[in-house]
Amino acid sequence: MRNAFAHEITVCAAKDTSIVVLSGDIGNRLFDSYKQECPGRFFNCGVAEANMTSMAAGLAMCGLRPITYTITPFNTIRCLEQIRVDICYHNLPVIIVGTGSGLSYANLGSTHHSCEDIALLRVLPNMTVICPADVVELRLALRAAVKHQGPVYLRIGKKNEPVIYANEPPFQIGKAIVVKKGTDVCLLSTGNMLPISVGAVDLLKEQGISAQVVSFHTVKPLDVDFLKNAFGKFPLILTIEEHSLIGGFGSAIAEWLVDNPSQNGKFGRIGLEDKFIHGSGNQENARKILGLTSKSIADKAIQLLSSD
Amino acid sequence: MNYKVSELESIARQIRGKVVEMSHKSGGAHLGSALSCIDILVALYWRALKIDPNNSRVPDRDRCVFSKGHASMALFATLGFKGFFPIELLDTYAKPGSCLEEHPGPGCAPGVEAATGSLGHGLSLGIGMSLAARIQSKSYNNFVLMSDGECNEGSVWEAAMFAAGQSLDNVCAIIDFNKWQATGRSCEIMALEPLHEKWRSFGWSVYEIDGHDMNALVEVLTTVPDGSGKPVAVVSHTIKGKGISFMEDDNNWHYRIPKAEEVHLAKKELGLL
Repeated sequence: MRNAFAHEITVCAAKDTSIVVLSGDIGNRLFDSYKQECPGRFFNCGVAEANMTSMAAGLAMCGLRPITYTITPFNTIRCLEQIRVDICYHNLPVIIVGTGSGLSYANLGSTHHSCEDIALLRVLPNMTVICPADVVELRLALRAAVKHQGPVYLRIGKKNEPVIYANEPPFQIGKAIVVKKGTDVCLLSTGNMLPISVGAVDLLKEQGISAQVVSFHTVKPLDVDFLKNAFGKFPLILTIEEHSLIGGFGSAIAEWLVDNPSQNGKFGRIGLEDKFIHGSGNQENARKILGLTSKSIADKAIQLLSSD
Repeated sequence: MNYKVSELESIARQIRGKVVEMSHKSGGAHLGSALSCIDILVALYWRALKIDPNNSRVPDRDRCVFSKGHASMALFATLGFKGFFPIELLDTYAKPGSCLEEHPGPGCAPGVEAATGSLGHGLSLGIGMSLAARIQSKSYNNFVLMSDGECNEGSVWEAAMFAAGQSLDNVCAIIDFNKWQATGRSCEIMALEPLHEKWRSFGWSVYEIDGHDMNALVEVLTTVPDGSGKPVAVVSHTIKGKGISFMEDDNNWHYRIPKAEEVHLAKKELGLL
């Protein structure tokens, strides 16, 4: 995803001269074309995320559209108060890009995992939280984000993620995308869980269960029209995220559900337990250990559908 | 017009009187911190800054980020006296429904460049503004008024290194070095000294002045950029509670609110009665 980000931001910034990229000492060669196309609008801000974030706010106060880019925990939790006060309190059009989100850097250990970022960013007033599922959604999300009048958090992956979309779907911030149609269970996936969720469709079909898969790229604001309709229609709704079950995407839906009680559908969540992850190996292995697989989605759906 | 130093000193006395009154009426704290930076603000707003109080958002204006947001009474009174808004607005300070809260909110009043109150943010904001000027080929300057206690924050030194690394000479950090922070001496709680040397070693062009000497303030603040190609730091030695004898260098006035008779005494000392 980071290559697609670098490519797309180069395209956007060539057209919009207010775009400025701030990097926290990563992705240097990644931005070679950007630097060539947009000279004077790339700054390596060093390993100093608090300063980078507040500087982005200062740039935005002067009419520019800065983008901060570094590894997710360092671009979010490390400088959360700068995001809150300088960017969100002023409601400035700054895009915060967290790269290597969720368990993308599973093998690097818990310092580099980001399983709390959705919770921490979505609680901030004025913030929009977008978790693109693949490079196609990322390009669309970025194009929308650079036109958005306010702060955006873009939660992206690392590299070589599976591509789900053959063509660009209609994309709007805050509007979920139906990827596969079905009738018995509705799988609401956010971010990089989309391929895993799509993989559950065939497993459920073998059991005679028709699954719908939805890419819920925007965690904030929620697509409430979609939720109203889905909870009225489906016997079961499941959320899937590579993030803690505390405060994340599933929690956002649960909050909505408490405020908008459903007479119909059951609701379940798949995500990460409340613990640090040790010795997981790579992302694929971490997902196996932690139950973020197509099989665990299918199993959970079958279990919830058959329970009273 | 260029105000004479004696006129600036007179304005500063009036602002001090207003600030003491505001604290009394509102119950707003941080009076000592407000009083220590008023001469700096007067030198900035009446001499150094290229600003138009009637057109406070003009894109090419100089910017002043008031990073020590807890001393907002000093900023608001300065902006009121300078004519950014009707001076009567100051009487609403910290009252329910007022746009003037104890820490300045975003766009709360004309002339307020940024919401501050959490320390260690302002310098980075100012540096972002300086970078914006460079990107947009504009020549405005950016001043950041900071407290000495604020220099405890690591983000200040991140910002200092970045600005020097980029040779941003259109930014000026003014440190209101009043020797106190909330609960103790700023040179004892952390090893703040030698403050001048710290800024110099971080690559800044540093001036050390008496922050109540209007001549010195005007001289240094009107010569930014200073031709060194470096960002400018002005270590301003000040006295917390400056101008009111019974408040000077007494840290109780970080939180204490003056009583009616103390307001009277203060105004008398300032020659306002």
